[in-house]
Amino acid sequence: MSNTVIKVENLSKQYRLGLVGTGTLSHDLNRWWHLIRGKEDPYLKIGEVNNRAEKGNSKYVWALQDINFEVKQGEVLGIIGKNGAGKSTLLKLLSKVTAPSKGKICARGRIASLLEVGTGFHPELTGRENIYLNGTILGMTKHEVNHKLDEIVAFAGIERYLDTPVKRYSSGMTVRLGFAIAAHLEPEILIVDEVLAVGDAEFQKKAIGKMEEVSQKSGRTVLFVSHNMTSIKSFCSRCILLKDGNLSFNGMPNEAVSKYLGGAQPNLNHKKVALSHPEIEIQLVGIREKNKSYSHPLSMDSSIEIIIECVRKLSSNDRLDITLQFKDEEGKVVFPSSSAIWLKEVQNDFYTVGKLKFCCKIPPNFFNQGVFEMNLLIIRNQKVLIAKYESILSFTILPKEASYGSWMGRVRGVLLPKLDWVYKKSDS
Amino acid sequence: MNKISTKPGVEEKWDIIITPKKPLFELKLKEVWQYKDLLFLFVRRDIVAQYKQTILGPLWYFIQPILTTIMFTIVFGRIAKIPTDGLPPMLFYLAGITNWNYFAVCLSKVATTFRTNQGIFGKVYFPRLVTPLSIVISNMIQYGIQLLLFFGFYIYFALSGSAAQINMYALFFPILVILLAGLGLGFGLVITSLTTKYRDLVFLLQFGIQLAMYATPVIYPLSQIPERYQWIAVLNPMTAVIETFKYGFLGQGTFSWTYLAYSFSFMIVMLFLGIAIFNKTEKNFMDTV
Repeated sequence: MSNTVIKVENLSKQYRLGLVGTGTLSHDLNRWWHLIRGKEDPYLKIGEVNNRAEKGNSKYVWALQDINFEVKQGEVLGIIGKNGAGKSTLLKLLSKVTAPSKGKICARGRIASLLEVGTGFHPELTGRENIYLNGTILGMTKHEVNHKLDEIVAFAGIERYLDTPVKRYSSGMTVRLGFAIAAHLEPEILIVDEVLAVGDAEFQKKAIGKMEEVSQKSGRTVLFVSHNMTSIKSFCSRCILLKDGNLSFNGMPNEAVSKYLGGAQPNLNHKKVALSHPEIEIQLVGIREKNKSYSHPLSMDSSIEIIIECVRKLSSNDRLDITLQFKDEEGKVVFPSSSAIWLKEVQNDFYTVGKLKFCCKIPPNFFNQGVFEMNLLIIRNQKVLIAKYESILSFTILPKEASYGSWMGRVRGVLLPKLDWVYKKSDS
Repeated sequence: MNKISTKPGVEEKWDIIITPKKPLFELKLKEVWQYKDLLFLFVRRDIVAQYKQTILGPLWYFIQPILTTIMFTIVFGRIAKIPTDGLPPMLFYLAGITNWNYFAVCLSKVATTFRTNQGIFGKVYFPRLVTPLSIVISNMIQYGIQLLLFFGFYIYFALSGSAAQINMYALFFPILVILLAGLGLGFGLVITSLTTKYRDLVFLLQFGIQLAMYATPVIYPLSQIPERYQWIAVLNPMTAVIETFKYGFLGQGTFSWTYLAYSFSFMIVMLFLGIAIFNKTEKNFMDTV
């Protein structure tokens, strides 16, 4: 018996962009006309590489293009890539939610996919009823659920709420219950999307522990998509990197992660903009490590500077300042910082027409790892807001290299500032 | 991970093969059977969840047809004075409406399967046919409850000496149920498959079902249609179903082996067509819905 459990050959998936409307009908008719004459779909010949940031000419894009890989039994395969690189499309094809445009997937054994926690939960039904419903949706038989019911309830820790409708649950409880059900599935192949990212740190640890148990103890295969590089590195035995719908790397997780991080950063950290205001024009907003290029990744323990280049258009007695608002992943403003407050002394040339470069310095060990966004505000005379540009720049702060593996997942919190700690032993 | 040497010459055998090629005609009933537990749980969910947090609960199953019947009795019986073949109007309308409702509910709910379930269909695979089947079955239970109501009235009118007479043709009842369910399911499957990409038909649906009711002898007997035009009414596969029901249970109406056989073959063709189109659509509908 060969021990390859999944084999993917020349897998491609094409999507049509834009709206479905009257115009689509002519394409459909044309496609159908080709089909009944036994010819190939004419629209499969066109299509562009899927790069969401660039404007393209074709309405057809390849979300995945000629993907080939194999997975052996007991392997934990990590799948990483930028947003829109085709990870979710690949998982959808593997879990039969949608069919490929070209190519073939062969698999051995039952595939259970966990693209979302608690799929099909009905809010009016009780926890117990939903365990049965969700379990059978995921492919268990009623008998199997009966068998596992106690384990599921214990793992989720919701004993008390078992006969309460799910709509009365807190969102955390719903997620716990959903994962508990999925974790007790016993498929030969388990496909997990980023669902785990929603829980708190404790839950994530528990979930990853459970998945490790599944793959190591029972020799089952896990396909795992995540943006958490630390868990990819520690949990996966192999990793593939998708880039614009193509398979760009297939091999050791460490290598894949560094390729991903190296490749994902450029162009992200600075932006040429032309935000024009009658009094001032912003030309460039950028963030970089001190004395490094903008394409260099930002690490938690390095000095970071934010550069804003602008042109003052009028000479007047009005002082013009920049305020930056830093936002976390959820879009909440974490803290602002303004030159109106901290830039105390300015020369006469601050008021005259010409190019101007602001620099805001952030000390090392200040941000926690994560994704941040910045709003840019222009302030007149240290009090009047005259313009606001939302989310002008987003950047990623990476963990320190040394901290990989020493801690699973990220520490909670948005900032992780270095504070001075001392202690003194006092003899009583 | 321990290394296992690959053995050439071993024929590769796969359990699952996913390709873009779709067979033209595929029923996949075996797969549905494997998911029978899910089917059962869906039915249960539909029934249990429907009347949660209502005070009257399942009583609504009775209230709705009674109100419709009373309305029809007033509008068509008293005001428009459409004859009911000498039967008590209440009984006549109830017989028509109960049966028609079952068909109409199956049709309209099945016809929106893809749209109402896109959330769950987009996240996990199971044979999609389970969902429309569960709709048909859970509504069959509602239909059964409404039939009880009909028989309640039936006994009441029988005791007060009405002309309604049950006869041997009432034994066709199980076939009539299959016809109602099969026609509702078949039409619904075709419509839901056609509307994933182009939603135009959706606008017609509710309106169309209402029109169809007036085109079917639900609130009037077939005998009211002039003989020359009756063949048009009979082309409608629902006509034979409603008429046979009325003939069997009320003793009035039209019964014809030909009409019934026509309806039955119509249902079989529609059902196969519906399932085939549905299975073809399910593979890619997530991209277009």
